[in-house]
Amino acid sequence: MSDRPAPARRPGELSFEGRRRLFLAGAAVLGGLMLWGLGGLPDFDSFTPLYGQVINHVGVQETSATAAVSAVNFDYRGFDTLGEEFILFAAVLVLALLLRRLGEEHTTPLRKDPRRAHTTSAAVRLTCYMLVGPTVLLAIYITGHGHLTPGGGFQGGVIAATALLLVYLGSDYPTMQRLRPLSLVETAKAGGALGFVLIGLGGLIASGSYLQNFLPLGEPGELVAAGTIPLLSIAVGIEVSGGFVLLLSEFLDQLLVIKRKRDTAA
Amino acid sequence: MSFLPYVVAVWVCMVGLYGIVTSRHLIHTIVCLSVVQSSTYVLLLAIGYREGGAAPVFIDIPRNTPAVDPVVQALTLTDVVVGGAVTALLLAIAVQLEKHLNTLDPDELDPLRD
Repeated sequence: MSDRPAPARRPGELSFEGRRRLFLAGAAVLGGLMLWGLGGLPDFDSFTPLYGQVINHVGVQETSATAAVSAVNFDYRGFDTLGEEFILFAAVLVLALLLRRLGEEHTTPLRKDPRRAHTTSAAVRLTCYMLVGPTVLLAIYITGHGHLTPGGGFQGGVIAATALLLVYLGSDYPTMQRLRPLSLVETAKAGGALGFVLIGLGGLIASGSYLQNFLPLGEPGELVAAGTIPLLSIAVGIEVSGGFVLLLSEFLDQLLVIKRKRDTAA
Repeated sequence: MSFLPYVVAVWVCMVGLYGIVTSRHLIHTIVCLSVVQSSTYVLLLAIGYREGGAAPVFIDIPRNTPAVDPVVQALTLTDVVVGGAVTALLLAIAVQLEKHLNTLDPDELDPLRD
């Protein structure tokens, strides 16, 4: 990367070395200021923010969720998670917009992808197929047990999307396309986002405040417990897995399906 | 010693910034931005750490066990998600940029071209 000759400089432009020196000078100042600022924080292992400690003490009792991080994400700061979910939602939407087929491009019909058939060895294929099932199971487990153990919808959703990537790695793109009908994926993504909003509205109707945990809490440590927390986690899981599948598909489309006219003409 | 995690956070941030400034390839620039963002994970988690604290998961430990701060961990999760979204968007922009300009070298991008 760096052994290529530097492009010709325009008049008044800083040389690569000059830019590096300028950065090092600036970084010394910025880093010093950051260290100085962080020096004002309490010592590393003695700081106990009260908010977190209170949640650690009353969280299990109040929400029946034994994983305090999930209790924070889907209950105490559930509204933040709503925003976070929609950041991801908007990002995937914009990504689909950016990676659409442009006017000068056209889609090539997918043949049995010759590039992969030769490069994927039988061992890789077998390993991928064997891993797909356990990966999906792990995704469901991580999502469904979010209120009990570390995990939740965000983590589980990403794992679910990687299962599809395993299918692509082990076979070819047409096979992967058959396994992810895009309309279904888009519906899942939108439905997951909508589910979160509706569960929040349920709290508003049942208890008077948005995202209030309005369902029976049950016993801490049970799979069906903690009221709306596992439901919100599942909604997020569906949305995130749909979003990531869409994201992967868009990038793979760019690589394999969408071609510039002049590329194929040549 | 008690100051070291903050030094690590600043160091990771600076290394990432250095990578961005000296980058010769936009994919490399995007990865460097992720490195800069990782420094915030280090900082957030360091703030929530407490000596001898358990993970804030009370399924197989007594509920009054001292545990590290769950709030900063939840914030870190948000941070990771936002980081993923930003990286995906920037990569998409890089894909389109390469199509239009046939280069991913930031030095060859001229703001006044076309």
